Amino acid sequence: MTARVGVITFPGSLDDRDAMRAVRIAGAEPVPLWHDDADLKGVDAVVLPGGFSYGDYLRCGAIAQFAPVMTELVPAAASGRLPVLGICNGFQILCESHLLPGALTRNRSLHFINRDQALRIEAVDTAWTNRYTTGQEAVLVLKSGEGNYVADTETLDELERTGRVVARYVGTAPNGSQRDIAGITNAHGNVVGLMPHPEHAVAELTGPSVDGLGFFTSILAHLTEGSPVRAASTG
Amino acid sequence: MARVIVDVMLKPEILDPQGQAIVGACGRLGFGGITQVRQGKRFEVEVEGELDDAKLADVRRLAETMLANPVIEDFELRVE
Repeated sequence: MTARVGVITFPGSLDDRDAMRAVRIAGAEPVPLWHDDADLKGVDAVVLPGGFSYGDYLRCGAIAQFAPVMTELVPAAASGRLPVLGICNGFQILCESHLLPGALTRNRSLHFINRDQALRIEAVDTAWTNRYTTGQEAVLVLKSGEGNYVADTETLDELERTGRVVARYVGTAPNGSQRDIAGITNAHGNVVGLMPHPEHAVAELTGPSVDGLGFFTSILAHLTEGSPVRAASTG
Repeated sequence: MARVIVDVMLKPEILDPQGQAIVGACGRLGFGGITQVRQGKRFEVEVEGELDDAKLADVRRLAETMLANPVIEDFELRVE
């Protein structure tokens, strides 16, 4: 049976179609989900795509966390049951929903950044990164104005100590992210937020690399072969 | 009709690059002696009828769940 991976479209989502394409290229079945429909249609995992949900008014992702579709998603993700990948705006939504700690703030330079960016994958015991090797580098598109990851020192230390930093920028974080953090996971390893865009790096013709495909083959492996993910160490 | 003002500010330890850009502009424009600017948001929330404790508590809940992100921001309420 093919794994069914839902991709939520919010008003203002931009990368939902690329996310669905990446799911398809990885060999899973993409299922379109709608922000205003409080129904996850029984999908096995969910991608929150990039874009500017609800115009990013108030704060990025602030309004999207209250969308009807999130009422089923948030408790399922928090319990460790439902794997969720938030990319860019999706990462912001995960932080606003408190599924991930910290917040994403305005780039230190105040400039919107749009470039091919090298990352180092550090946590490979998540539902979305089990096909990578620790320390593997991946070149993905970074395109965001508010990608500067911030959290208090205690939270950052906890993320480091429990191996929950999924990816770091190689070199200095172009957006000022604390400890060069590009992506993190929750205690269960089922929820991952990533600022750069793996869904744009799944085919040579249309991306800077195919390094992003691993996120989508990882979730397929996790769902079909039960690739192990981290045991929750803390709530 | 009652009006509640909600002021939202980034916590002091959170970098405010927008405020820093304004400080930079102050110098260029000849406004000397300005050492720091922090940029925040002000919400004017209008509430139907008399403002009782329950309604004020509702606005407070609105502020902490949506208007402010308590991870990075502080907020203050005042009745106008």
